[in-house]
Amino acid sequence: MSLQTSTLHHIAQLARLRIEPEHEAAMAAEMSAVLGLFEQLAKAPVDALEPLSHPGDPTLRLRADTVTELDARDDFERIAPSMMGGYYLVPKVIE
Amino acid sequence: MSLLSLLAALDDGSTSARAATENALDRAARHADLNALITIAADAARAAGDAADAERARGARGALLGVPFAHKDVFCTRDILSTAGSKMLANFVPPYSATIHDKLQAAGAVLIGKANMDEFAMGSSNEHSHFGAVRNPWDRSRVPGGSSGGSAALVAARVVPFATASDTGGSIRQPAALCGVTGIKPTYGRVSRYGMIAYASSLDQAGVIATSAHDAAIALNVIAGFDPRDPTSVDAPPIDIDGALAMSLAGLRIGRPRQWCGAGIDAGVANAIDAALAVYAAHGARIVDVDLPSSEHAIAAYYVIAPAEASSNLARFDGVRYGHRCANPKDLADLYTRSREEGFGHEVQKRILTGTYVLSAGYYDAYYHRALKVRRLIAEDFARVFNDVDVIAGPTSPSVAFKLGEKLADPVAMYLADINTVSVNLAGLPALSIPCGFSDGLPVGLQLCAPWWQESRLIGAAHAFQQVTDWHRAVPGGAA
Repeated sequence: MSLQTSTLHHIAQLARLRIEPEHEAAMAAEMSAVLGLFEQLAKAPVDALEPLSHPGDPTLRLRADTVTELDARDDFERIAPSMMGGYYLVPKVIE
Repeated sequence: MSLLSLLAALDDGSTSARAATENALDRAARHADLNALITIAADAARAAGDAADAERARGARGALLGVPFAHKDVFCTRDILSTAGSKMLANFVPPYSATIHDKLQAAGAVLIGKANMDEFAMGSSNEHSHFGAVRNPWDRSRVPGGSSGGSAALVAARVVPFATASDTGGSIRQPAALCGVTGIKPTYGRVSRYGMIAYASSLDQAGVIATSAHDAAIALNVIAGFDPRDPTSVDAPPIDIDGALAMSLAGLRIGRPRQWCGAGIDAGVANAIDAALAVYAAHGARIVDVDLPSSEHAIAAYYVIAPAEASSNLARFDGVRYGHRCANPKDLADLYTRSREEGFGHEVQKRILTGTYVLSAGYYDAYYHRALKVRRLIAEDFARVFNDVDVIAGPTSPSVAFKLGEKLADPVAMYLADINTVSVNLAGLPALSIPCGFSDGLPVGLQLCAPWWQESRLIGAAHAFQQVTDWHRAVPGGAA
């Protein structure tokens, strides 16, 4: 199948990725080839099967309701691209 | 020097941890053209080597006390750069360490550096690294395989006796095969994923690459074990190494899947696999042909499921809390999209987009939901075959190491390099690759796969083979 540029833009927007116009054609062509590979899934005899999302036991383990994490605020501030007064800085969202 | 012989030399005092560390650093420098290390932690390694010697002088004997090793750069190491091969994390110094790093530190192992890898472990050739491609020590014009290409190249060039690695669709076994070393991917849940930078969480599993099955088992038992910080960690008994070493091949039932050995396998690879299975047969194993009919759908299912999980996992890289941030964002959307576009390489972007596509409205049922059903079909195939055989054997990779650049332009050809490895991850099974011969002067890997938690059987079957063959002792020219 061939991926339309409009679909690629929609998907990129969902994935919060920007695709440079000069890379669009190559990305659409490569993704079309990969999606072509997926067509064979339609041939697999799976209609009666339940999906398997995880190879092991899917039940979540419970843990004791105790605090295990230490305060690592300084550590996390140190690796942040932009901080001020304990807040992560981003461009203004509300005028 | 193998891990075992180094431990013996450290124990009898004929070498020191500092000398072993200097040797590893020296070899890393001499093999710098492999581009196998992103970070070399020379000063910290020397200090750790000296500390190990001091502990040994006090009579201590940690399982790996004084043994140099390298981490795949997918594992977080506190205060040491951890990049996952990505520009996104090119300056990321984690505030915490992976559980397996803590375990290796506790056992006294000496970290010499962080190994190059395909970006976020997405690749089968180690060409998708922000830090450049890794070269194969057997032929520097060829790929080492991926995504743990740096780990495999370092062990093949005998820079370190073992390296950590991770395997989502073959990323331990395939580079081990292409570099002529031994790599084991444990059962899903045996090794903690805490602090391992995530690609596809239901498939990712950490393991080791070493020069023999015995060495790999020693290192694996150090990093394995229950970890409350990983919700998918399982409290399984450790690998019974002594039992594995004593295992006899007599009567071992080895299944040879027709689907792993058919069209698409290079003749030279097929010949080496046949010869290896003949060795097993000569030592009493019974080789039986088996069928894994759903294998033909494994690549498609894997390349739906893994990118779907990746698109979710990699959503965390938004330029806000850590990692790459674009300059002068004009608004919040621009900050997200441009930071991600600049920080992720082409292959990673393609997989995020593919994953987003298969999860999006209108395509979810046809692709993602259906791929999960195929996953069950594949797991049931294995379960049925393991009613009749003890292990499954076949080629790890359909070809030997290919040329750098050869498959870069054709993503489907690149994905098909994983044809014999991805189904094992979809089912969560343990598997390893051992060197079993050469084709055109390049190493061939034999893949062995066992039922859940049967790593001892895998190690035993691989060790028995390595007792009667020398393929694992072969070293690339100039690396002796």
